[in-house]
Amino acid sequence: MAIEISNYISMAIRSALPILICGIGLVFGSRAGIVNIGAEGFMLIGAFMGVVGSYLFSSAWIGVLVAMLSSMLISLIFAYFTVTVKADQVVVGMGINMLAIGLTTTLFRRLFGMNTEPIKIESFSPLAIPGLSDIPILGTSLFTQHAPAYLIFLCIPLASFILFRTDIGLKVRAVGEHPRACDTVGINVFKVRYGAILFSGLMAGFAGAYLTLGLLNFFVEDLMAGRGYMAVAAVVFGKYSPVGVMLAALIFGAGDALQYRLQAGGSVIPYQFLLMIPYVLTILAICGFVGENKGPAAMAQPYIKE
Amino acid sequence: MESKTTRSKVLSSLSTASFPVLAVIAALVIGAVLIFILGLDWRLAYKSLLQGSLGTKKAIAESLVKTTPLYFTGLSFAIAKRCGLINLGAEGQVYMGGLFAAFIGLSFAGLPRYIHLPLTVMMGFIGGGLLGLITGVLKVRFGASELITGIMFNYIAIKLVSFFVTGPLKEPGDLDQTAIMEVSAQIPRIIENTRLHAGLIIALLCLVFFYIFLWKTTSGYEMRVVGMNRGAAEYSGISISKNVLLAMALAGGFAGLAGCCEVIGVQFRLFQDFSPQYGYEGLPVALLGNSHPVGILLSGLLFGVLKSGSNTMKMLAQVPVAVIQIIQALVIIFVAGREIYNLTKLLRRNKQLEKAGGMNGN
Repeated sequence: MAIEISNYISMAIRSALPILICGIGLVFGSRAGIVNIGAEGFMLIGAFMGVVGSYLFSSAWIGVLVAMLSSMLISLIFAYFTVTVKADQVVVGMGINMLAIGLTTTLFRRLFGMNTEPIKIESFSPLAIPGLSDIPILGTSLFTQHAPAYLIFLCIPLASFILFRTDIGLKVRAVGEHPRACDTVGINVFKVRYGAILFSGLMAGFAGAYLTLGLLNFFVEDLMAGRGYMAVAAVVFGKYSPVGVMLAALIFGAGDALQYRLQAGGSVIPYQFLLMIPYVLTILAICGFVGENKGPAAMAQPYIKE
Repeated sequence: MESKTTRSKVLSSLSTASFPVLAVIAALVIGAVLIFILGLDWRLAYKSLLQGSLGTKKAIAESLVKTTPLYFTGLSFAIAKRCGLINLGAEGQVYMGGLFAAFIGLSFAGLPRYIHLPLTVMMGFIGGGLLGLITGVLKVRFGASELITGIMFNYIAIKLVSFFVTGPLKEPGDLDQTAIMEVSAQIPRIIENTRLHAGLIIALLCLVFFYIFLWKTTSGYEMRVVGMNRGAAEYSGISISKNVLLAMALAGGFAGLAGCCEVIGVQFRLFQDFSPQYGYEGLPVALLGNSHPVGILLSGLLFGVLKSGSNTMKMLAQVPVAVIQIIQALVIIFVAGREIYNLTKLLRRNKQLEKAGGMNGN
């Protein structure tokens, strides 16, 4: 029983991580007034380039680095069209998602061919923290994660601090609330929004790479399964704060792990209904908690300088 | 001064018409560059694409088969857009339309076609419409953005269809699919020896309905007011909630028809993943067509041709089918970013003004 609980918690955390990592980046984007539906595409690019990087350089960490840089490049396109050209953020985001599917499918076929044998890549292996990992249940589930997991959980207080206690965070939040006022006091709205979007891209790339190099250990064309959209939902559900996103991601991860658990346990419920759990949870989360917090005032509005 | 404003008006209306064409050309050029980078022959690729989609009578019919669902999903995005909404749940609505149509199409053997077929089509509309309506209700009642809930419903609907075709509706045998639809529920083919079916006519009728409803009726007018200016609509006593619900139900219904016509017009069966992203592809169709019936008529045809020629392009030029998806994505981004066009124009005009100003100074 203890082992099962420990396995379940461990699985929940692992499933939550891609959503969490991507979500931290999206918090900054959202706070700056950007609705980033394109996160799904950013993450897919990261997932693919992570595999490519790890394959070429035989190192999962270099894979992550390649993924982050590639996603940031794609997010630059998003930033140009939404901030400079002032195009509709949702529409451009969907365009980016379609572009990412097209690009990764084309390149995957071109680079790795159609061979059915999975390609060998370096992926992350669990890293037990000496001492802590010996604690029953909590220790084995919390402290035998992959190395990036620890890094991310350490990043959350840092992200909170930056967002709520520093000058950069203040600028990001102000730009999302009242870009016109920011402009008058000399804050460069465009620059802040570009920065927030690029940071979202960077983190989405990390999230994607974790998905392929930590969670799944392979790349298939439809591996995203809406995780990027869930990250967007987690930001709303988590009330636009890093800690909130962490809780939201953990709830979604718990749903995902529950579905694995029930499938493995031979549940009487048809597996398709189990697969629906994370999506139903996301809808419930959005419906139950959106009303209280509307998010930044200038959400989704392009800023037009006078 | 007056002549200048008239001139700029003419110029701007010209640019409205020419812009979509420019966006498509730019996307095709980048597509060609990409094919070249992949080390393949882009000229052969585009040639085989055209040959595969328009080369023979059969190819043209097949292009129209691919165009039909795009008209429906294009309309789905367009009607939501006209009400100020973005219906990202079209893919799920396509699946629900197919599922509901299959329920009716598989039962009532012996019913005359003139009752069975309209009933099945109607159920397809209702299947998609219900899902659209639910998305609308969640928005109106709980303030849940239709973007996220719509996308989540896509995954749920696809899994629901998967459940039915592997379970209750599964035909005996190895394949996860339903039995063939009753003949009385099948949409008749228009041209013999092709798959072109009368669903195209339903799609064209929907385009006409879309035009009449939005531009010739009071409810349609109200819906457009809500889409253009929510505040003004509220001020003049137009119910936002009512229009959001109606728009989402209609959007879902249109998408549902796409799924329904695939099931009872093309495949005659329901199976997993029967829609190759028709729901998402409605977005570029509506966007390029400026959510206008004539625009959708043309852009749907364009994307239908691209889609139907892509297999020949893969066979003859070894270009992956996904390149078409890249081209579609670029069209979305370029059309959405149409301001680029105006930006460059503005820069040019500013330069000219500077020049003129300089001359005046002399």
